[in-house]
Amino acid sequence: MADTITVNETPYPLPEDPRVTLLDFLRHQVGLTGTKKGCDHGQCGACTVIVNGIRINSCLTLAAMHDGDSITTIEGLGTPDAPSALQRAFHDHDGFQCGYCTPGQICSATAMLEELANNWPSDASGDLTSPVTISGEEIRERMSGNLCRCGAYANIIAAIEEVANGDVA
Amino acid sequence: MRPFDYTRPPSLAEASYLTASDGALAIAGGTNLLDLMKLQVETPGTLADINRLGFAQIEDAADGGLRLGALATNTETAVHPRVRNDYPVLSRAILAGATQQLRNKATNGGNLCQRTRCFYFTNIDQPCNKRDPGSGCGAIEGIAKLHGILGTSDKCIATYPGDMAVALSALDATVEIAGDAGERSVSVRDFHCLPGDTPWIENVLEQGEIITGITLPAPVGGTQIYRKVRERSSYAFALVSIAAIIELKDGRFERADLAFGGLAHKPWHDDRITDLLQGKSPSAELFDKAADLLLENARGFGENDFKIPLARRTLHAVLSQASGDAA
Repeated sequence: MADTITVNETPYPLPEDPRVTLLDFLRHQVGLTGTKKGCDHGQCGACTVIVNGIRINSCLTLAAMHDGDSITTIEGLGTPDAPSALQRAFHDHDGFQCGYCTPGQICSATAMLEELANNWPSDASGDLTSPVTISGEEIRERMSGNLCRCGAYANIIAAIEEVANGDVA
Repeated sequence: MRPFDYTRPPSLAEASYLTASDGALAIAGGTNLLDLMKLQVETPGTLADINRLGFAQIEDAADGGLRLGALATNTETAVHPRVRNDYPVLSRAILAGATQQLRNKATNGGNLCQRTRCFYFTNIDQPCNKRDPGSGCGAIEGIAKLHGILGTSDKCIATYPGDMAVALSALDATVEIAGDAGERSVSVRDFHCLPGDTPWIENVLEQGEIITGITLPAPVGGTQIYRKVRERSSYAFALVSIAAIIELKDGRFERADLAFGGLAHKPWHDDRITDLLQGKSPSAELFDKAADLLLENARGFGENDFKIPLARRTLHAVLSQASGDAA
Protein backbone atom coordinates (compact mmCIF):
# COMPACT_ATOMS: atom_id res chain seq x y z
CA MET A 1 0.00 0.00 0.00
CA ALA A 2 1.50 3.35 -1.07
CA ASP A 3 1.17 5.81 1.77
CA THR A 4 0.74 9.03 -0.18
CA ILE A 5 -1.78 10.74 -2.41
CA THR A 6 -0.45 12.98 -5.16
CA VAL A 7 -2.29 16.28 -5.44
CA ASN A 8 -1.39 18.56 -8.34
CA GLU A 9 1.89 16.63 -8.67
CA THR A 10 2.89 16.96 -5.01
CA PRO A 11 2.70 13.87 -2.73
CA TYR A 12 0.95 14.16 0.64
CA PRO A 13 0.65 11.60 3.46
CA LEU A 14 -2.71 9.87 3.94
CA PRO A 15 -4.89 11.08 6.82
CA GLU A 16 -4.82 9.03 10.01
CA ASP A 17 -8.61 8.94 10.45
CA PRO A 18 -10.21 6.72 7.77
CA ARG A 19 -13.40 8.79 7.96
CA VAL A 20 -11.74 11.72 6.16
CA THR A 21 -13.27 12.15 2.73
CA LEU A 22 -11.09 13.10 -0.20
CA LEU A 23 -12.82 16.51 -0.10
CA ASP A 24 -11.96 17.19 3.56
CA PHE A 25 -8.43 15.87 2.98
CA LEU A 26 -7.90 18.37 0.14
CA ARG A 27 -9.35 21.31 2.03
CA HIS A 28 -8.05 20.70 5.55
CA GLN A 29 -4.93 18.56 5.26
CA VAL A 30 -3.51 19.73 1.94
CA GLY A 31 -4.88 23.24 2.42
CA LEU A 32 -6.28 23.60 -1.10
CA THR A 33 -9.64 25.27 -0.52
CA GLY A 34 -10.55 25.80 -4.18
CA THR A 35 -12.50 22.52 -4.07
CA LYS A 36 -15.80 23.38 -2.40
CA LYS A 37 -18.16 21.57 -0.05
CA GLY A 38 -21.70 22.24 -1.22
CA CYS A 39 -24.11 19.49 -0.22
CA ASP A 40 -21.56 16.87 0.93
CA HIS A 41 -23.89 14.19 -0.52
CA GLY A 42 -22.94 13.96 -4.20
CA GLN A 43 -25.88 16.05 -5.36
CA CYS A 44 -24.32 19.40 -6.29
CA GLY A 45 -20.92 18.70 -7.86
CA ALA A 46 -19.12 21.62 -6.16
CA CYS A 47 -16.52 19.12 -4.88
CA THR A 48 -15.71 17.68 -8.32
CA VAL A 49 -12.02 16.82 -8.78
CA ILE A 50 -10.15 14.76 -11.35
CA VAL A 51 -8.69 11.46 -10.12
CA ASN A 52 -6.32 9.72 -12.55
CA GLY A 53 -8.00 11.65 -15.35
CA ILE A 54 -11.58 10.84 -14.30
CA ARG A 55 -13.97 13.34 -12.67
CA ILE A 56 -15.63 12.27 -9.42
CA ASN A 57 -17.39 13.79 -6.40
CA SER A 58 -14.63 14.08 -3.79
CA CYS A 59 -17.24 14.17 -0.99
CA LEU A 60 -18.34 10.60 -1.68
CA THR A 61 -15.00 8.86 -1.46
CA LEU A 62 -12.54 8.31 1.39
CA ALA A 63 -9.02 9.68 1.14
CA ALA A 64 -7.84 6.31 2.47
CA MET A 65 -9.12 4.67 -0.73
CA HIS A 66 -6.84 6.83 -2.90
CA ASP A 67 -3.28 5.97 -1.89
CA GLY A 68 -1.15 6.06 -5.02
CA ASP A 69 -3.75 8.04 -6.96
CA SER A 70 -3.12 11.30 -8.71
CA ILE A 71 -5.61 14.11 -7.99
CA THR A 72 -6.02 17.32 -9.97
CA THR A 73 -7.93 20.18 -8.34
CA ILE A 74 -8.85 23.60 -9.67
CA GLU A 75 -5.50 24.88 -8.35
CA GLY A 76 -3.71 22.36 -10.59
CA LEU A 77 -5.44 23.43 -13.80
CA GLY A 78 -3.96 26.91 -14.11
CA THR A 79 -2.96 30.09 -12.32
CA PRO A 80 -4.29 33.64 -12.49
CA ASP A 81 -1.37 34.46 -14.80
CA ALA A 82 -1.65 31.30 -16.86
CA PRO A 83 -5.27 30.08 -16.72
CA SER A 84 -6.42 26.96 -18.54
CA ALA A 85 -8.58 27.41 -21.62
CA LEU A 86 -11.73 26.71 -19.58
CA GLN A 87 -10.70 28.99 -16.73
CA ARG A 88 -10.18 31.79 -19.26
CA ALA A 89 -13.47 31.00 -21.04
CA PHE A 90 -15.45 31.05 -17.76
CA HIS A 91 -13.90 34.43 -17.04
CA ASP A 92 -14.52 35.80 -20.55
CA HIS A 93 -18.14 34.57 -20.63
CA ASP A 94 -18.91 35.58 -17.04
CA GLY A 95 -19.76 31.91 -16.36
CA PHE A 96 -20.52 32.47 -12.67
CA GLN A 97 -22.09 34.84 -10.21
CA CYS A 98 -21.13 34.00 -6.62
CA GLY A 99 -18.40 31.63 -7.84
CA TYR A 100 -18.93 28.88 -5.27
CA CYS A 101 -19.75 26.17 -7.82
CA THR A 102 -17.12 27.40 -10.32
CA PRO A 103 -14.13 25.21 -9.33
CA GLY A 104 -16.36 22.13 -9.55
CA GLN A 105 -17.85 23.32 -12.85
CA ILE A 106 -14.39 23.86 -14.36
CA CYS A 107 -12.91 20.57 -13.08
CA SER A 108 -16.00 18.77 -14.34
CA ALA A 109 -15.88 20.46 -17.75
CA THR A 110 -12.14 19.79 -18.07
CA ALA A 111 -12.68 16.04 -17.67
CA MET A 112 -15.81 16.20 -19.82
CA LEU A 113 -13.76 17.45 -22.78
CA GLU A 114 -11.61 14.32 -22.46
CA GLU A 115 -14.77 12.19 -22.42
CA LEU A 116 -15.92 13.90 -25.61
CA ALA A 117 -12.50 13.34 -27.18
CA ASN A 118 -12.81 9.66 -26.25
CA ASN A 119 -16.27 9.62 -27.86
CA TRP A 120 -18.13 8.50 -24.74
CA PRO A 121 -21.87 8.74 -25.37
CA SER A 122 -24.35 10.44 -23.02
CA ASP A 123 -28.08 10.18 -22.40
CA ALA A 124 -28.48 13.01 -24.93
CA SER A 125 -26.59 11.18 -27.71
CA GLY A 126 -28.84 10.13 -30.55
CA ASP A 127 -26.73 7.16 -31.53
CA LEU A 128 -24.49 5.12 -29.25
CA THR A 129 -22.06 4.08 -31.94
CA SER A 130 -21.50 7.15 -34.14
CA PRO A 131 -19.15 9.99 -33.19
CA VAL A 132 -20.61 12.38 -30.61
CA THR A 133 -21.69 15.76 -31.97
CA ILE A 134 -21.07 18.65 -29.57
CA SER A 135 -24.18 20.67 -28.86
CA GLY A 136 -25.71 22.69 -26.06
CA GLU A 137 -27.97 19.74 -25.31
CA GLU A 138 -24.99 17.37 -25.00
CA ILE A 139 -23.12 19.78 -22.73
CA ARG A 140 -26.15 20.37 -20.50
CA GLU A 141 -26.68 16.62 -20.05
CA ARG A 142 -22.99 15.95 -19.38
CA MET A 143 -22.81 18.82 -16.87
CA SER A 144 -26.04 17.92 -15.01
CA GLY A 145 -24.00 16.84 -11.98
CA ASN A 146 -22.88 20.44 -11.38
CA LEU A 147 -25.55 22.71 -9.98
CA CYS A 148 -25.36 26.52 -9.96
CA ARG A 149 -27.76 28.10 -7.51
CA CYS A 150 -27.17 31.53 -9.06
CA GLY A 151 -28.42 30.10 -12.34
CA ALA A 152 -25.45 31.19 -14.45
CA TYR A 153 -26.03 28.21 -16.72
CA ALA A 154 -26.37 30.14 -19.99
CA ASN A 155 -22.89 31.59 -19.62
CA ILE A 156 -21.43 28.36 -18.25
CA ILE A 157 -22.66 26.51 -21.35
CA ALA A 158 -21.34 29.27 -23.62
CA ALA A 159 -17.90 29.06 -22.00
CA ILE A 160 -17.71 25.28 -22.28
CA GLU A 161 -19.10 25.23 -25.80
CA GLU A 162 -16.46 27.67 -26.98
CA VAL A 163 -13.62 25.52 -25.64
CA ALA A 164 -15.26 22.26 -26.73
CA ASN A 165 -15.62 23.45 -30.30
CA GLY A 166 -12.07 24.74 -30.34
CA ASP A 167 -10.59 21.58 -28.87
CA VAL A 168 -12.65 18.78 -30.29
CA ALA A 169 -14.56 19.80 -33.42
CA MET B 1 -19.71 9.46 10.27
CA ARG B 2 -19.36 7.06 13.19
CA PRO B 3 -15.83 5.69 13.67
CA PHE B 4 -14.97 2.47 11.82
CA ASP B 5 -11.95 0.31 11.08
CA TYR B 6 -10.83 0.62 7.48
CA THR B 7 -9.22 -2.47 6.06
CA ARG B 8 -8.19 -3.71 2.67
CA PRO B 9 -8.46 -7.50 2.60
CA PRO B 10 -5.84 -9.01 0.28
CA SER B 11 -8.12 -11.64 -1.25
CA LEU B 12 -11.74 -12.31 -2.06
CA ALA B 13 -11.76 -15.11 0.51
CA GLU B 14 -10.54 -12.76 3.20
CA ALA B 15 -13.03 -10.07 2.17
CA SER B 16 -15.77 -12.64 2.40
CA TYR B 17 -14.58 -13.83 5.81
CA LEU B 18 -14.40 -10.25 7.13
CA THR B 19 -17.79 -9.16 5.86
CA ALA B 20 -19.48 -12.28 7.23
CA SER B 21 -19.26 -10.65 10.68
CA ASP B 22 -22.02 -8.41 12.00
CA GLY B 23 -21.28 -4.74 11.48
CA ALA B 24 -18.79 -5.27 8.68
CA LEU B 25 -19.54 -4.04 5.17
CA ALA B 26 -17.70 -4.19 1.87
CA ILE B 27 -17.08 -0.89 0.10
CA ALA B 28 -16.50 -0.51 -3.64
CA GLY B 29 -17.36 2.81 -5.31
CA GLY B 30 -18.91 4.02 -2.08
CA THR B 31 -21.19 6.61 -3.68
CA ASN B 32 -24.27 5.22 -1.94
CA LEU B 33 -22.69 3.67 1.17
CA LEU B 34 -20.69 6.75 2.25
CA ASP B 35 -23.76 8.92 1.74
CA LEU B 36 -25.72 6.59 4.05
CA MET B 37 -22.85 6.54 6.57
CA LYS B 38 -22.89 10.35 6.74
CA LEU B 39 -26.62 10.15 7.46
CA GLN B 40 -25.92 7.39 10.03
CA VAL B 41 -28.36 5.13 8.23
CA GLU B 42 -25.36 2.80 7.97
CA THR B 43 -22.94 2.60 10.90
CA PRO B 44 -20.51 -0.21 10.08
CA GLY B 45 -17.77 -1.00 12.59
CA THR B 46 -15.55 -2.29 9.80
CA LEU B 47 -15.27 -1.26 6.17
CA ALA B 48 -13.58 -3.78 3.90
CA ASP B 49 -12.32 -1.98 0.79
CA ILE B 50 -12.61 -4.49 -2.06
CA ASN B 51 -11.65 -2.07 -4.86
CA ARG B 52 -8.28 -3.63 -5.59
CA LEU B 53 -9.36 -7.26 -5.65
CA GLY B 54 -9.24 -7.24 -9.42
CA PHE B 55 -12.65 -8.29 -10.70
CA ALA B 56 -13.02 -5.14 -12.79
CA GLN B 57 -12.65 -6.60 -16.28
CA ILE B 58 -15.27 -6.56 -19.01
CA GLU B 59 -14.60 -9.60 -21.17
CA ASP B 60 -16.19 -11.94 -23.66
CA ALA B 61 -18.09 -14.79 -22.00
CA ALA B 62 -18.83 -18.28 -23.25
CA ASP B 63 -21.53 -18.64 -25.93
CA GLY B 64 -21.03 -15.10 -27.24
CA GLY B 65 -22.11 -13.34 -24.05
CA LEU B 66 -20.29 -10.65 -22.12
CA ARG B 67 -19.08 -10.72 -18.52
CA LEU B 68 -19.10 -7.43 -16.63
CA GLY B 69 -16.77 -7.42 -13.64
CA ALA B 70 -18.53 -6.33 -10.47
CA LEU B 71 -15.84 -3.69 -9.89
CA ALA B 72 -16.02 -2.26 -13.41
CA THR B 73 -17.54 1.18 -13.11
CA ASN B 74 -20.93 2.08 -14.52
CA THR B 75 -19.13 4.38 -16.97
CA GLU B 76 -16.69 1.69 -18.13
CA THR B 77 -19.70 -0.54 -18.76
CA ALA B 78 -21.86 2.04 -20.56
CA VAL B 79 -19.06 3.13 -22.91
CA HIS B 80 -17.70 -0.35 -23.64
CA PRO B 81 -17.87 -0.95 -27.44
CA ARG B 82 -19.59 -4.32 -27.06
CA VAL B 83 -22.19 -2.96 -24.65
CA ARG B 84 -22.93 -0.05 -27.00
CA ASN B 85 -23.17 -2.36 -30.01
CA ASP B 86 -24.75 -5.52 -28.64
CA TYR B 87 -26.63 -4.41 -25.50
CA PRO B 88 -27.64 -0.79 -26.19
CA VAL B 89 -30.52 -1.02 -23.69
CA LEU B 90 -27.89 -1.44 -20.95
CA SER B 91 -25.79 1.54 -22.09
CA ARG B 92 -28.96 3.62 -22.31
CA ALA B 93 -30.16 2.61 -18.85
CA ILE B 94 -26.82 3.38 -17.20
CA LEU B 95 -26.49 6.73 -19.00
CA ALA B 96 -30.02 7.66 -17.90
CA GLY B 97 -29.05 7.35 -14.23
CA ALA B 98 -27.16 9.63 -11.83
CA THR B 99 -24.43 11.96 -13.17
CA GLN B 100 -21.15 11.41 -14.95
CA GLN B 101 -19.22 11.98 -11.70
CA LEU B 102 -21.27 9.32 -9.89
CA ARG B 103 -21.20 6.82 -12.76
CA ASN B 104 -17.42 7.24 -12.93
CA LYS B 105 -17.12 5.96 -9.35
CA ALA B 106 -20.12 3.67 -8.93
CA THR B 107 -19.50 0.00 -9.69
CA ASN B 108 -21.73 -2.61 -11.29
CA GLY B 109 -21.90 -4.72 -8.14
CA GLY B 110 -22.63 -1.69 -5.98
CA ASN B 111 -25.31 -0.53 -8.38
CA LEU B 112 -27.21 -3.80 -7.84
CA CYS B 113 -26.90 -3.37 -4.06
CA GLN B 114 -27.86 0.31 -3.88
CA ARG B 115 -30.50 1.22 -1.33
CA THR B 116 -33.87 2.86 -1.80
CA ARG B 117 -34.10 6.66 -1.78
CA CYS B 118 -37.25 6.56 0.38
CA PHE B 119 -37.30 9.73 2.54
CA TYR B 120 -38.17 7.70 5.65
CA PHE B 121 -35.33 5.23 5.10
CA THR B 122 -32.71 7.98 4.81
CA ASN B 123 -33.93 10.01 7.81
CA ILE B 124 -33.02 8.34 11.09
CA ASP B 125 -35.61 10.37 13.01
CA GLN B 126 -38.43 8.82 10.95
CA PRO B 127 -40.05 5.41 11.28
CA CYS B 128 -38.85 2.81 8.75
CA ASN B 129 -39.26 -0.94 8.94
CA LYS B 130 -36.35 -1.39 6.55
CA ARG B 131 -33.85 0.58 8.64
CA ASP B 132 -35.39 -0.06 12.07
CA PRO B 133 -37.58 -3.19 11.96
CA GLY B 134 -40.85 -2.76 13.86
CA SER B 135 -40.77 1.05 13.84
CA GLY B 136 -43.45 1.26 11.16
CA CYS B 137 -43.61 2.61 7.63
CA GLY B 138 -43.88 6.38 7.36
CA ALA B 139 -44.42 6.34 3.61
CA ILE B 140 -47.69 4.37 3.52
CA GLU B 141 -49.63 7.41 4.69
CA GLY B 142 -46.90 9.96 4.04
CA ILE B 143 -44.49 11.17 1.37
CA ALA B 144 -44.82 8.48 -1.27
CA LYS B 145 -44.34 10.02 -4.68
CA LEU B 146 -41.37 7.80 -5.56
CA HIS B 147 -42.89 4.71 -4.00
CA GLY B 148 -44.09 1.38 -5.29
CA ILE B 149 -47.41 0.36 -6.78
CA LEU B 150 -46.58 -3.32 -7.36
CA GLY B 151 -45.51 -5.98 -4.87
CA THR B 152 -45.71 -3.67 -1.85
CA SER B 153 -46.48 -4.91 1.66
CA ASP B 154 -48.01 -3.36 4.76
CA LYS B 155 -44.44 -3.10 6.10
CA CYS B 156 -42.76 -1.29 3.20
CA ILE B 157 -43.64 0.39 -0.09
CA ALA B 158 -40.12 1.51 -1.09
CA THR B 159 -38.80 1.16 -4.62
CA TYR B 160 -35.51 -0.14 -5.90
CA PRO B 161 -34.09 3.08 -7.38
CA GLY B 162 -31.66 1.86 -10.05
CA ASP B 163 -31.82 1.92 -13.84
CA MET B 164 -29.04 -0.52 -14.74
CA ALA B 165 -30.73 -3.52 -13.14
CA VAL B 166 -33.95 -2.84 -15.07
CA ALA B 167 -32.05 -3.29 -18.33
CA LEU B 168 -30.26 -6.34 -16.89
CA SER B 169 -33.66 -7.84 -16.07
CA ALA B 170 -34.92 -7.35 -19.63
CA LEU B 171 -31.67 -8.93 -20.85
CA ASP B 172 -32.08 -11.82 -18.37
CA ALA B 173 -28.52 -11.36 -17.08
CA THR B 174 -26.94 -13.55 -14.42
CA VAL B 175 -25.36 -12.32 -11.18
CA GLU B 176 -22.24 -14.17 -10.04
CA ILE B 177 -21.66 -14.38 -6.32
CA ALA B 178 -18.75 -15.65 -4.23
CA GLY B 179 -18.79 -16.46 -0.55
CA ASP B 180 -17.62 -18.76 2.17
CA ALA B 181 -19.61 -21.66 0.72
CA GLY B 182 -18.14 -21.20 -2.77
CA GLU B 183 -19.53 -19.61 -5.90
CA ARG B 184 -23.07 -19.48 -7.17
CA SER B 185 -25.05 -17.57 -9.74
CA VAL B 186 -28.63 -16.31 -9.81
CA SER B 187 -30.76 -14.71 -12.48
CA VAL B 188 -30.90 -10.96 -11.97
CA ARG B 189 -34.68 -11.39 -12.03
CA ASP B 190 -34.37 -13.38 -8.79
CA PHE B 191 -31.62 -11.28 -7.20
CA HIS B 192 -33.79 -8.59 -5.59
CA CYS B 193 -36.60 -9.42 -3.15
CA LEU B 194 -40.05 -8.04 -2.52
CA PRO B 195 -40.41 -6.41 0.93
CA GLY B 196 -42.99 -8.79 2.46
CA ASP B 197 -42.56 -8.97 6.23
CA THR B 198 -38.77 -8.53 6.00
CA PRO B 199 -38.14 -5.30 4.08
CA TRP B 200 -34.57 -5.13 5.39
CA ILE B 201 -33.77 -8.12 3.17
CA GLU B 202 -33.36 -6.50 -0.24
CA ASN B 203 -31.55 -9.18 -2.20
CA VAL B 204 -30.45 -12.80 -1.96
CA LEU B 205 -26.87 -12.06 -0.83
CA GLU B 206 -26.01 -13.81 2.41
CA GLN B 207 -23.71 -12.12 4.89
CA GLY B 208 -20.16 -12.48 3.58
CA GLU B 209 -21.21 -13.02 -0.02
CA ILE B 210 -19.80 -10.61 -2.61
CA ILE B 211 -20.90 -10.05 -6.20
CA THR B 212 -18.00 -10.78 -8.54
CA GLY B 213 -19.62 -10.23 -11.92
CA ILE B 214 -22.68 -10.02 -14.12
CA THR B 215 -22.95 -12.14 -17.24
CA LEU B 216 -25.01 -11.06 -20.22
CA PRO B 217 -26.34 -13.76 -22.55
CA ALA B 218 -25.39 -13.77 -26.25
CA PRO B 219 -26.69 -10.66 -28.03
CA VAL B 220 -30.33 -10.89 -29.09
CA GLY B 221 -30.53 -7.84 -31.36
CA GLY B 222 -34.00 -6.40 -31.87
CA THR B 223 -35.06 -2.87 -31.05
CA GLN B 224 -33.71 -1.97 -27.63
CA ILE B 225 -35.28 0.90 -25.74
CA TYR B 226 -34.83 2.34 -22.27
CA ARG B 227 -37.55 4.87 -21.59
CA LYS B 228 -37.32 6.74 -18.29
CA VAL B 229 -40.02 9.12 -17.11
CA ARG B 230 -38.79 11.50 -14.41
CA GLU B 231 -39.44 14.93 -13.00
CA ARG B 232 -36.48 16.60 -14.70
CA SER B 233 -34.68 15.54 -17.82
CA SER B 234 -31.38 14.62 -16.16
CA TYR B 235 -30.17 13.42 -12.77
CA ALA B 236 -33.47 12.24 -11.31
CA PHE B 237 -34.77 8.85 -10.24
CA ALA B 238 -37.37 7.13 -12.38
CA LEU B 239 -41.05 7.59 -11.67
CA VAL B 240 -41.59 4.86 -14.25
CA SER B 241 -39.00 3.32 -16.53
CA ILE B 242 -39.18 0.52 -19.08
CA ALA B 243 -36.38 -1.52 -20.60
CA ALA B 244 -37.58 -3.25 -23.75
CA ILE B 245 -36.07 -5.65 -26.24
CA ILE B 246 -38.54 -6.02 -29.08
CA GLU B 247 -38.36 -7.88 -32.36
CA LEU B 248 -41.09 -8.03 -34.96
CA LYS B 249 -41.32 -10.63 -37.71
CA ASP B 250 -43.92 -10.45 -40.46
CA GLY B 251 -45.77 -7.76 -38.53
CA ARG B 252 -45.97 -9.78 -35.32
CA PHE B 253 -44.05 -9.72 -32.04
CA GLU B 254 -41.33 -12.34 -32.24
CA ARG B 255 -39.68 -11.20 -29.02
CA ALA B 256 -40.91 -8.83 -26.31
CA ASP B 257 -38.73 -8.85 -23.21
CA LEU B 258 -39.76 -6.07 -20.85
CA ALA B 259 -38.73 -4.93 -17.40
CA PHE B 260 -40.03 -2.02 -15.36
CA GLY B 261 -38.34 0.38 -12.95
CA GLY B 262 -39.79 2.76 -10.39
CA LEU B 263 -42.76 0.51 -9.68
CA ALA B 264 -41.56 -1.94 -7.04
CA HIS B 265 -38.94 -3.05 -4.53
CA LYS B 266 -37.19 -4.77 -7.45
CA PRO B 267 -36.99 -4.41 -11.22
CA TRP B 268 -40.37 -5.75 -12.25
CA HIS B 269 -40.60 -8.53 -14.78
CA ASP B 270 -43.73 -10.46 -15.74
CA ASP B 271 -43.42 -13.39 -18.14
CA ARG B 272 -47.15 -13.20 -18.83
CA ILE B 273 -46.65 -9.93 -20.72
CA THR B 274 -44.06 -11.53 -23.00
CA ASP B 275 -46.38 -14.51 -23.54
CA LEU B 276 -49.34 -12.25 -24.32
CA LEU B 277 -47.45 -10.20 -26.91
CA GLN B 278 -45.62 -13.05 -28.61
CA GLY B 279 -46.98 -13.87 -32.07
CA LYS B 280 -49.55 -11.06 -32.04
CA SER B 281 -49.78 -7.98 -34.25
CA PRO B 282 -49.17 -4.69 -32.49
CA SER B 283 -52.31 -2.70 -31.74
CA ALA B 284 -53.52 -0.25 -29.13
CA GLU B 285 -55.93 -2.91 -27.83
CA LEU B 286 -53.07 -5.39 -27.40
CA PHE B 287 -50.95 -2.79 -25.58
CA ASP B 288 -53.89 -2.13 -23.27
CA LYS B 289 -54.16 -5.84 -22.48
CA ALA B 290 -50.43 -5.90 -21.69
CA ALA B 291 -50.91 -2.92 -19.36
CA ASP B 292 -53.91 -4.68 -17.75
CA LEU B 293 -51.65 -7.64 -16.93
CA LEU B 294 -48.88 -5.43 -15.60
CA LEU B 295 -51.21 -3.41 -13.41
CA GLU B 296 -53.85 -5.94 -12.35
CA ASN B 297 -52.69 -5.85 -8.72
CA ALA B 298 -51.40 -2.27 -8.74
CA ARG B 299 -52.17 -0.16 -5.70
CA GLY B 300 -51.36 3.51 -5.15
CA PHE B 301 -50.73 5.23 -1.83
CA GLY B 302 -52.07 8.69 -2.55
CA GLU B 303 -49.08 10.67 -3.74
CA ASN B 304 -48.04 7.94 -6.17
CA ASP B 305 -51.49 7.10 -7.57
CA PHE B 306 -50.40 8.80 -10.80
CA LYS B 307 -47.92 5.99 -11.44
CA ILE B 308 -50.73 3.61 -12.40
CA PRO B 309 -51.90 5.57 -15.48
CA LEU B 310 -48.31 6.71 -16.12
CA ALA B 311 -47.08 3.10 -16.30
CA ARG B 312 -49.90 2.28 -18.73
CA ARG B 313 -49.07 5.23 -20.99
CA THR B 314 -45.34 4.59 -20.85
CA LEU B 315 -45.89 0.96 -21.86
CA HIS B 316 -48.06 2.13 -24.76
CA ALA B 317 -45.37 4.57 -25.84
CA VAL B 318 -42.59 1.99 -25.73
CA LEU B 319 -44.56 -0.68 -27.59
CA SER B 320 -45.70 1.84 -30.22
CA GLN B 321 -42.17 3.12 -30.69
CA ALA B 322 -40.81 -0.42 -31.02
CA SER B 323 -43.50 -1.47 -33.51
CA GLY B 324 -42.96 1.55 -35.74
CA ASP B 325 -45.48 1.57 -38.56
CA ALA B 326 -46.85 -1.84 -37.67
CA ALA B 327 -49.05 -0.54 -34.82
